[in-house]
Amino acid sequence: MEVFIFYFFATILVVAAVCVVTMRNPVHSALFLVLAFFTASGIWMLLRAEFLAIALVLVYVGAVMVLFLFVVMMLDINLDRVREGFWTYLPLGATIGILIAVEMALAIAGPRSHIGSIPAPADPAANYSNTHELGLVLYTDYLYPFELAAVVLLVAMIAAIALTLRKRKDTKYQKPSDQVKASSTDRVRLVSMPVEKKEG
Amino acid sequence: MELIANFPGWAHHLSESVFGPELGTPIYTLVKTLVLIICIVVPLMLCIAYLTLWERKLIGWMQIRLGPNRVGPLGLLQPIADGIKLLLKEIIIPSGSNKGLFILAPIMALAPALSAWAVIPFAPEVVLADINAGLLYLLAMTSLGVYGVIIAGWASNSKYAFLGAMRSAAQIVAYEIAMGFALVVVLMVSGSLNLSEIVNGQGRGAFADMGLTFLSWNWLPLLPMLVVYFVSGVAETNRAPFDVVEGESEIVAGHMVEYSGMMFALFFLAEYANMWMIATLTVVMFFGGWQAPVAALSWVPSIFWFFGKAALVVSMFLWFRATFPRYRYDQIMRLGWKVFIPITLIWLVVIGIWMQTPWNIWA
Amino acid sequence: MTEQARIGRFREFFKGFLLLELLKGMLLTGRHLFRRSITIQFPEEKTPISPRFRGLHALRRYPNGEERCIGCKLCEAVCPALAITIETAERDDGTRRTTRYDIDLTKCIFCGFCEESCPVDSIVETGMFEYHGEKRGDLYYTKEMLLAVGDRYEEKIASDRARDSAYR
Repeated sequence: MEVFIFYFFATILVVAAVCVVTMRNPVHSALFLVLAFFTASGIWMLLRAEFLAIALVLVYVGAVMVLFLFVVMMLDINLDRVREGFWTYLPLGATIGILIAVEMALAIAGPRSHIGSIPAPADPAANYSNTHELGLVLYTDYLYPFELAAVVLLVAMIAAIALTLRKRKDTKYQKPSDQVKASSTDRVRLVSMPVEKKEG
Repeated sequence: MELIANFPGWAHHLSESVFGPELGTPIYTLVKTLVLIICIVVPLMLCIAYLTLWERKLIGWMQIRLGPNRVGPLGLLQPIADGIKLLLKEIIIPSGSNKGLFILAPIMALAPALSAWAVIPFAPEVVLADINAGLLYLLAMTSLGVYGVIIAGWASNSKYAFLGAMRSAAQIVAYEIAMGFALVVVLMVSGSLNLSEIVNGQGRGAFADMGLTFLSWNWLPLLPMLVVYFVSGVAETNRAPFDVVEGESEIVAGHMVEYSGMMFALFFLAEYANMWMIATLTVVMFFGGWQAPVAALSWVPSIFWFFGKAALVVSMFLWFRATFPRYRYDQIMRLGWKVFIPITLIWLVVIGIWMQTPWNIWA
Repeated sequence: MTEQARIGRFREFFKGFLLLELLKGMLLTGRHLFRRSITIQFPEEKTPISPRFRGLHALRRYPNGEERCIGCKLCEAVCPALAITIETAERDDGTRRTTRYDIDLTKCIFCGFCEESCPVDSIVETGMFEYHGEKRGDLYYTKEMLLAVGDRYEEKIASDRARDSAYR
């Protein structure tokens, strides 16, 4: 049963990944990438890594790809222009792709690799919480690397904002905080004037 | 009673004898889950349908009107009449649209709205999937709803729809962060991602021992988070006063502008399902889920408390709609990014420090 | 900025977090929830109608059954929407009468000028407003239809005129 589900997800994942590259429309590509993330999270779920699986959906599908789609939809990409270089770049791309595949195969199934000799984890107990275990490891053994990674991300975010943020002096915009502060007494002055007597 | 209790075991046995021991158990689990899903979705759909009527009634009363009262007694058949109308209407697919995605969009809007209900505990032990990462699952599912909006806006090939989708998507993404942080605070004080655990944790404390359970629910110590969470929830579901996505005066119906008939109805259902979702989550996270407010009332069935609280919270949505004028878009973004996220971050630290002091009430 | 203003801004800043203004607004709508509804359920309940109400047109008759209209065409002339069409001819007894008196209600703006201009109080606007047409032509009222309306509601028309006469 598990094997069947694995191949089911794996097939969808591979097809979706191929579609990401081959689709003519960039929005379709991005949506297939969403599908690929989703099925990948399904496969992780099979490995009982529920925290990673859900985090993948939450972070990549729920946040990153939304912003990605935003950009892709906003850009008016000329499809023919994008396709022009396909055949000229194919040899280079294919070489790199094959190289990566070979390296991965060597790492996983090579003669010096010992992935095959690692025993499969035992079936966890009923109340086993992957999230809990992961948290324990992250915040004890790997606390410094983890915090370092967080700081690096923060720096990257601030840098990205600082590099792209520019304020144009001639742009006019409203400040909601100032508008909220305004009260009726700032805008209207009620004056009582003496009644003027008609002369004569 | 015994018949009902024995039924699952009997069905399991039947399935094994029909499909053999190898396939019997998976098929039994599959069928059982499907039946349970129907048991959740059908009442949910009824709740959604009658929420539309309740909305019109309540807002009517607040505006010293009567609300719909022509179809059936007290207008009770109004949602059914609306449903039939929408079902019978023609589904128009714009010629310039991207047909596949156009059809996919309403499904993408409704599916996450319904699938999130799998982990909601309606009463003790009454939950479809009592998983340990329930809260994470909820966050993941609610973050998927935005795809329906984006795809609808893009596939319609219409400027109004696209602008509406962009507004809505930016708004949902912005408020999701504040919402997530508010839930992280809840998760911190309960020390569990399992929703049933979160509810049970709220039933413990000094006040609960005195019989005043409602004072030991999360809403009191986490009041700022409750406000942030609920207001973000209103923004997340694109309800008034954050409904710029369908600001009639500027962009008609936003991403739904090209949809008609049943496809529009799916968006509508998704919106109301999300309202119920936010309301039940507020109840689960802050108002003690199925628990009775005082120990003396615990003889009332827990499902009644759960539904009653959720209905009250959902009515708050309608009350907001009857009260507040629509926010301007830049105000919405300011509120999300510059007010709510800092507040949640500060409160996260405050609660963290509180939990390290001797006055930690959640120990 | 003075010290006082700074303290004031500080206080405003924290007061904003209490959402007092929002709560005030919600209290207002909340109070209205318990007010009596002012809805008038139309077919069963109706609002009182002024005797001056300008609704469906009617042509009146004298008590002896003679039609009032003398075909002076003042109403046709004064009608700002050009909704009235009149043709006249001499009747056997030598009086001038209309052979055609049509009002196109789809053109009519219900200003009441025809009623004001009529020297014999023939064309009047009744308090009737619950009429409809299912086809385009249904709202094109001919002389016979207008007279029939007048016959049917004569009592009401007369009493409305009597009630309003004190103010004219």
